[in-house]
Amino acid sequence: MSTYARLASPADLQKVREASKSKIALRHYDRKDSDTRFQILICGGTGCTSSGSPAVRDAFLKAIEAHGLTGRVDVVTTGCHGLCELGPLVIVYPGGTFYIRVQAEDVDEIITTSLLGNGVVERLLFHGRTGKTPRKTYREMAFYNLQHRLVLRNCGRIDPEDIEEYIANGGYEGLVKAMELGPEAALEEVKKSGLRGRGGGGFPTGRKWELMRAATGSPKYVVCNADEGDPGAFMDRSVLEGDPHAVIEGMLIGAWCTGASHGYIYVRAEYPLAIKRLKVAIAQAEQMGLLGDHILGSDFSFELKIKEGAGAFVCGEETALIHSIEGKRGMPRPRPPFPANEGVWGKPTVLNNVETFANVAQIITGGSAAYTALGTEKSPGTKVFALTGKVRNTGLVEVPMGITMRQIIFDIGGGIKDDKKFKAVQIGGPSGACLPESLLDSPIDYDSLKSVGAMMGSGGLVVVDEETCMVDLARFFLTFTQAESCGKCTPCREGSKRMLEILERICQGKGKAGDIEDLEHLAHTMQQGALCALGQTAPNPVLSTLRFFRDEYEAHIRDKKCPAKACTNLLEYWIDPAKCIGCGMCARACPVNAISGEKRQPHVIDTAKCIKCGTCMAQCKKIQAISRR
Amino acid sequence: MACNCSGVGEFDLAPLMDILADYRKDPRGALIPVLQKAQGVYGYLPKPVLEVIARELNIPIAEVFGVVTFYSQFHLNPRGKNIIRCCQGTACHVRGAQGILDAISSHLNIKPGGTTRDLSFTLETVACLGACGLAPVMMVNDQTHGRLTPADIPGILDSYLS
Repeated sequence: MSTYARLASPADLQKVREASKSKIALRHYDRKDSDTRFQILICGGTGCTSSGSPAVRDAFLKAIEAHGLTGRVDVVTTGCHGLCELGPLVIVYPGGTFYIRVQAEDVDEIITTSLLGNGVVERLLFHGRTGKTPRKTYREMAFYNLQHRLVLRNCGRIDPEDIEEYIANGGYEGLVKAMELGPEAALEEVKKSGLRGRGGGGFPTGRKWELMRAATGSPKYVVCNADEGDPGAFMDRSVLEGDPHAVIEGMLIGAWCTGASHGYIYVRAEYPLAIKRLKVAIAQAEQMGLLGDHILGSDFSFELKIKEGAGAFVCGEETALIHSIEGKRGMPRPRPPFPANEGVWGKPTVLNNVETFANVAQIITGGSAAYTALGTEKSPGTKVFALTGKVRNTGLVEVPMGITMRQIIFDIGGGIKDDKKFKAVQIGGPSGACLPESLLDSPIDYDSLKSVGAMMGSGGLVVVDEETCMVDLARFFLTFTQAESCGKCTPCREGSKRMLEILERICQGKGKAGDIEDLEHLAHTMQQGALCALGQTAPNPVLSTLRFFRDEYEAHIRDKKCPAKACTNLLEYWIDPAKCIGCGMCARACPVNAISGEKRQPHVIDTAKCIKCGTCMAQCKKIQAISRR
Repeated sequence: MACNCSGVGEFDLAPLMDILADYRKDPRGALIPVLQKAQGVYGYLPKPVLEVIARELNIPIAEVFGVVTFYSQFHLNPRGKNIIRCCQGTACHVRGAQGILDAISSHLNIKPGGTTRDLSFTLETVACLGACGLAPVMMVNDQTHGRLTPADIPGILDSYLS
C-alpha cells in the first residue's frame, strides 16, 4: 500500500487534488485514433468478483506485458457499477467502451481491437432488450441514462483503495466547505436540503443533528449504521465497497456539525469486502490527517473505528445497535431517552445509515438549493434502489424521488424476465409491502408509499411475476422476522410465531375459515404493541398481500388451490397423455419410482408416491408433456 | 473418582491471551470482538475459552453465554472445515433458492445447520448475502457463487475437498 503525506491545511488538500487529477484524466468518452495511453477499469464488487473478475484482472496484467504495453496501460479495480448480473464488467478509457461478462480468454481480443486499434469487440457489448442493438457505452444504455447518480457517482469510476482518486474527483471538498462555513451554517445547509434518513424511517437528518448538537454530555458519538440486513437490499454494501470515503466524509461533516469527536461504523459481518475497503480507507484518511487529531491543521478532531456485527438483523434498530457496540445482546429498548441524549456509553449519539452519510458531502459542496431541485418537495434528492427478482436488468439504480415504479421496472429494469406477466413488486424488505399493478404509476417517495401501507425501507425492490404465490411470499417474510425477533417483547415474540403458524397452515392446504381474521387481529396487535420497528412493521407483508391479493388467500383456504402453482402441497404433477411420447426419461429420473408406463405409451404419475420434486418436469423440457396443476 | 471433564488443558490458550492483551487497556465493548477473534482461532467457542474470556474481561459467564447465543455468528460446537452459507433472501427465494438448498442437503446428506461427519462441511442458511443481482447465490467460506442451478452444486462442493 502506498503511503500518503499528512495534510496540514485545506491548501495542502487542494495541491493533492490538482496533482492527482492525472490519475483520472483518461476517464472520458472522447477516444481518438492517436491515443496511446489507456486505463482498463475492472469491477471488483462482490458480484463481479464472484463472476471471476480477479482472473480477468490477472489476464489483463499478463497480456499488457506480452503486448509490450507496460507503462501505457493501467489496470484499475473499481467498486460496483450496479449491473451485477452482467459481470464481470470492464470499461476501457478513453472512450468508455463498456464490456460485459468478460472472461480471461476475451482479454487478448479486447487489447488488440480496443487498445491497439480503435474498434470494439461487439460480442462483448450489452445488446439491449431486443438483443439486436449493441450499446457502446454507459450513456447509450437505458439502465444508466435514466438514472441520476449522486450517491453512486464514484462507484465503478474510481479505485476505492486510493484516496487520491477520491480527492481528485472532488473528495473532501464538502468537509473543507463545512469547516469554512462553521458548524451552525453547515448544519443549516443540511436542514435546508430536506435530506431524510435513507435507512427506511425517513426522519429529517438535519433535525436529528440539531437535537444532538443541543444535547449535553461529552464525548459525543457519530455512528454509521451499515448493518444492512434487509434481504434484497445491497446499496450500502456497494457504496462501502465502491466509495468508502464518501461515507467517511459524510460522518466527518456530521461530527463537525454536531460537536462529536468519536465515531463508529457498524458493519455486518457478512460483508467482508466492505470491511476490508473501509479499513484501507480509514488508514489512508488517518495518514493524510483527514481523520484523527487536528484535521487539516484545525482544532477539529475525530476518531473513527469499525465495529463488526455478529449476525443479528435486529441490530439495525438504533438502540439495539448501540447495545451491540457496547458488547451486549443487541436488544432494543424503549425510547425516550433518545440516542441523541443517551446513546453509546450513555453519551449523546447520532445514528445515520450509509446512504444518508453518502449524500451529505454533496449537499454541502453543491449547496442545498441544487439538492432540493431533485426529487419531490417533501422527499428531496435521489434514492438508490436494489432492483432484483424477476426483472431483466437486476442491479442498483439511483433515481430522483418521485419517479414511478413503472419507470424503474420497465424503463430501467427492462421489464419482466422471459416476457412473463408482472404481478407485484415488494418494496422495503420484511417491513415493507407488496404493491400490485394498479399502483405502478404512483410516485415513489416516503409519504406516498406510507399512504398505501408500504414504506421506503432501505430500498429493496423485488419484482415477482405470475409464478410467485403471494401467500407464500408473506410466509417467507414472516419466517424471516420470526427468526430474527429478539424475543424481548411479547407482541413480537408471540405474534410473529402465531402468524407464521397460520400462514404455514394455509400454504399446506390446511387453512380454515377465520384464519384471515386471526391474521389481521394479530397484525394490528403487533403494529400497536411491539417495542421496536421490527415488530411494528413485521405484519406489513401480510397486511399488504391481504389488501391487494386477498383472493389468493381465499383460494388457498376455501378451494385448497394455489393460483400461482407454487405451493407444493396444493398441486400435483401430471403427464398429458396427448403429448407424452413414452420415452421413459421421466420414469428413469424419478427418485421415488412414482412414474410408470409401457415403452412408447403415455406414462402416468402415481400421486400417492410423488414427492413433487419437479425432476420429471425438468427432464421433459423438450416435449413439455408434464405440468403442474 | 477423578474428574473426567476435558478442562482447560485441551486447548492452547496462548493465542487467546494474545487476543485479550489487545483489549486490556480499554475493555469497554471488547466482548464481541474478542469472541469473534477467539472463534477465528479455535473455529468455535468451547466452554473453557468462554470461561477465560469471562474471567479476563470481568464479565459474568452467564452474560458471555447470553451474548454468544444471541448472535448467529457464534458457535458452541465444532464446525466443518468449509462453511457453506446458502442464501435464502427474497431475491434468491423467488429465483429458486429452495432448490439450491435441497441440492446441497442431499449431496452432503446433512440438514441446514448440520455438519458432515468428517467435519469437511457445515451447511448454514443466511437471510441475504447482498449479491441479489446474482441470485440464487451461496457462499463457501469467503467465496461467493452466483447464478446457481441445482446441477452446479456437486461440482462446486467437490472442488473444496482437494
